[in-house]
Amino acid sequence: MTDNVVLHVADVHKNFAGLHALSDIDLSVEEGQTHAIIGPNGAGKSTLLNVIVGRLAPSRGAVIFDGMVLTGRKPYEINQIGIARVFQTPEIFPDLTVLHNVMIPALSKRDGPFRLNMMRTLDSETAIRQEAEDILADVGLHERRTTHAGALSRGDKRRMELAMCLIQKPRLLLLDEPTAGMSRHDTNTTIELLKKIKSRGMTKVIIEHDMHVVFSLADRISVLAGGRIIAEGLPDAVRGDPRVREAYLGGAH
Amino acid sequence: MFEVILLQFVNGLDKGGAYALIALGLTLVFGTLGVVNFAHGALFMLGAFCAVTFQKLITLETVTVDPTQLSPWGTPVEVREPLVQAWLGDFGAVLVNYSVPFSLLLAIPVMLIVGIVMERGLIKHFYKRPHAEQILVTFGLAIVLQEIVKAIFGANPIPQPVPADLRGAADIGAMIGLTPGIITYPIWRLVYFLFSAVVIAAVFAFLRFTTFGMVVRAGMADRETVGLLGINIDRRFTIMFGLAAVVAGMAGVMYTPLLPPNYHLGMDFLVLSFVVVVVGGMGSLPGAVAAGFLLGILQSFASMTQVKALVPGIDQIIIYLVAVVVLLVRPRGLMGRRGVMEA
Amino acid sequence: MNTALISRNDLLLFLGFTIAVLAMPIWLQPFGAAYPDLMQRFAIYGIFALGFNILFGLTGYLSFGHAAFFGVGSYAAVWSFKLLTMDAVPALVFAVVIAGLFALVIGYVSLRRSGIYFSILTLAFAQMSYNLAYSVLTPITNGETGLQLTLADPRHLDRMMGVTGGSPTLFGQPLFGYAGFYFCAGLLIVAFFIAQRITGSPFGMMLKAIKSNQTRMHYTGFNTRPYALAAFVISGMYAGLAGAMLAITDPLAGAERMQWTASGEVVLMTILGGVGTLVGPVLGAWIIKYFENIFSAFNEGILHRTFAFLPDGVEDVVVTVTSKFVGEGWHLTLGLVFVLIVVFLPGGIMEGVRRLFNWARRPASVGRASPRTQPAE
Repeated sequence: MTDNVVLHVADVHKNFAGLHALSDIDLSVEEGQTHAIIGPNGAGKSTLLNVIVGRLAPSRGAVIFDGMVLTGRKPYEINQIGIARVFQTPEIFPDLTVLHNVMIPALSKRDGPFRLNMMRTLDSETAIRQEAEDILADVGLHERRTTHAGALSRGDKRRMELAMCLIQKPRLLLLDEPTAGMSRHDTNTTIELLKKIKSRGMTKVIIEHDMHVVFSLADRISVLAGGRIIAEGLPDAVRGDPRVREAYLGGAH
Repeated sequence: MFEVILLQFVNGLDKGGAYALIALGLTLVFGTLGVVNFAHGALFMLGAFCAVTFQKLITLETVTVDPTQLSPWGTPVEVREPLVQAWLGDFGAVLVNYSVPFSLLLAIPVMLIVGIVMERGLIKHFYKRPHAEQILVTFGLAIVLQEIVKAIFGANPIPQPVPADLRGAADIGAMIGLTPGIITYPIWRLVYFLFSAVVIAAVFAFLRFTTFGMVVRAGMADRETVGLLGINIDRRFTIMFGLAAVVAGMAGVMYTPLLPPNYHLGMDFLVLSFVVVVVGGMGSLPGAVAAGFLLGILQSFASMTQVKALVPGIDQIIIYLVAVVVLLVRPRGLMGRRGVMEA
Repeated sequence: MNTALISRNDLLLFLGFTIAVLAMPIWLQPFGAAYPDLMQRFAIYGIFALGFNILFGLTGYLSFGHAAFFGVGSYAAVWSFKLLTMDAVPALVFAVVIAGLFALVIGYVSLRRSGIYFSILTLAFAQMSYNLAYSVLTPITNGETGLQLTLADPRHLDRMMGVTGGSPTLFGQPLFGYAGFYFCAGLLIVAFFIAQRITGSPFGMMLKAIKSNQTRMHYTGFNTRPYALAAFVISGMYAGLAGAMLAITDPLAGAERMQWTASGEVVLMTILGGVGTLVGPVLGAWIIKYFENIFSAFNEGILHRTFAFLPDGVEDVVVTVTSKFVGEGWHLTLGLVFVLIVVFLPGGIMEGVRRLFNWARRPASVGRASPRTQPAE
């Protein structure tokens, strides 16, 4: 194990009413890498992600990020540490405009978890606004910035959610099936976008079904089945692993 | 001392019965339709006014002036003859005497219709809307219902008679072998408690032992799956709303001799019954019943002079205090399911 | 006002509102409502609704307990008159501070839950306050009689200054009639300005974001509870201010102001006008207070005169039916209108106006991008 491990999931177990959703999960993600977690439905991928972001408390074990124990912290504290998350079904602010959706995370980054700044106006936040517009241009939503986010298409919502995470310049970005339900064209655009972020040195953990996405992006892959990691390694090695074929690739396709 | 405690215990039973009946209906509606019904108290009030109406109807009388007889002050005597008595003879007299229990016969169909009309006409449009909007529209409906009643019956409370045979008090203490004269209990309140117990048992039996009830219970647990089975769950839920209205209405009818009904009776009981539902656990029928009696009894204890001397004003706030503590310590309530209604 | 501090649209709205409020004695003339007593109530309940909207309209937390803060404000103001001085300023400050503290405690506890549980917690607290005001707290509230001024009141500050006089003043100026109205109108304008700033601030946007998606707020790094609590306390202070103003126009405070149905009234105002907008709640308050005033005064005599043009039989029927909706029956009308609004026009009058507006100029504007992103305010 190298020194530049930034996220360490140490011996995590999670039980739901006696059911072992996760067992013996040990996972190390290195700084700047894209780590993919794949596995059949019900393998525990989303549970693992929820444990990392503090939505679920592990029954045993701990999640350590850059020397800090994340376990027991609230989701907002974990975000303030520098971990952002894209959800499987986009979690956005449907009643606000696209621009405001993206400005809010930027304000969180600048002002922290709470600030009673009620005598400023939004219009005076020109720097934040500019930053948001730049990010929106990156994801191709700039011309839709005044639309209410609820009116966006599903693919656009996902891209906006990604922008909401990117504007925080998180040290670790967690993506839960970022291309699910997207057209082939949108998927490719998203892959390009994620590659671009990679060149900026952001660490990513990605859960994905689409093998095309996984193999275009991942530096390392862990295969989860039945709540356990059954294989881990470089993409080519995982691709060739017979256990993986059996548990996942062979079984599903 | 034991007798004093027992007395407070039984004292809380009738009020507890009323809370339990209202909370039961609220929970049925919430559990089946997922609707937070702020008009449920108004249904209790409507039931009470069914009793008032019934009593008014059967005491309609003919007034004839008999010029042959003169009153002591020299005016002709008015002879009043209740119509029911004229038509039905002795049975009419019984009817007048027992007007409150008999008005259940009027209240049940009326409340069923009111409930079904309410559900079909208004509530069903709010299944998918946020709980805040459900609260708002049913709150508005409650205002409308109570104002209609006010327009018809006026603003003053209208006392209802206890049947002559059931007036007075029963010495429960003496019955079970304790010192006579300490635990005496007005008979009608005993009747109310027994009545509420019977209704609660009937509702539970209905849900447990009939096919209809089983489908409804399954629907409460998992609406989508039941819908997939091709069962028209919506119609059953409509009927459940009617049933909840009937239960609330019956509770209201029988309560009238204990508390003369006025138009804002519903609002007064609504807050309490919501508190009961929350304490019992949103969506839990046994929880609603248990919490209803529990809070009724707690309130009765808090009204003891000794307790009030210790904590002044406790009788005024005990129920709310319990609700606040329960919500904070055990948000699911005593018997609630996890995650219900946590927005 | 520097344009960098306030946008042009906001400035125009603020100026428009200010003019409308100050010119009330003129434009309310044709409605028969241009007398100080009623206009004062417009201002008072306008502030109440404005504050309620900061909580409900922005964060989506539906409180059924705001009448408690209103009542506390009234009691605090009357106590200030009794103990300190008949001057209005200490009464207002005292009321706002006390109501704010009260809201801090209740909000802190209630906001530990959300959704319907929050509503019920506020309801429970309001009923507790109401019941206590009627019973144990009688030394403070004077129970059913209500708290009143008496000749025996110490009024320490007034005594020191050698001021006498038994009615509320502002720096020695009695607050009767129009003076009272302009005093209240001034406060309404200030309250509107603050609400406008809050709505347009980053803080206000956070509150709207809480309403829109609380989960996303958490995963975006926000601790939402202090935001909601701040909104709760601010709206409680608005309610306290309104309560104090009512005590200034009529130095009497009773517990019935704290009853939960009184909380329901401010909910009605906010919804009727348009929840989440700035002008809507104020408008809702005005409309409800106006019709309450007008309708309550209607009796059969007036109705007979109104419908005198109808044939006699028809007239009687019409009068009988309408009489159920006015006078004593005014609340019936209110309830019906409220139900209709929630069913058909959840955005209230402001949404209705917007729809009409859009409908009127739809043909002219195809594919026009909306210049402002906020709902019309």
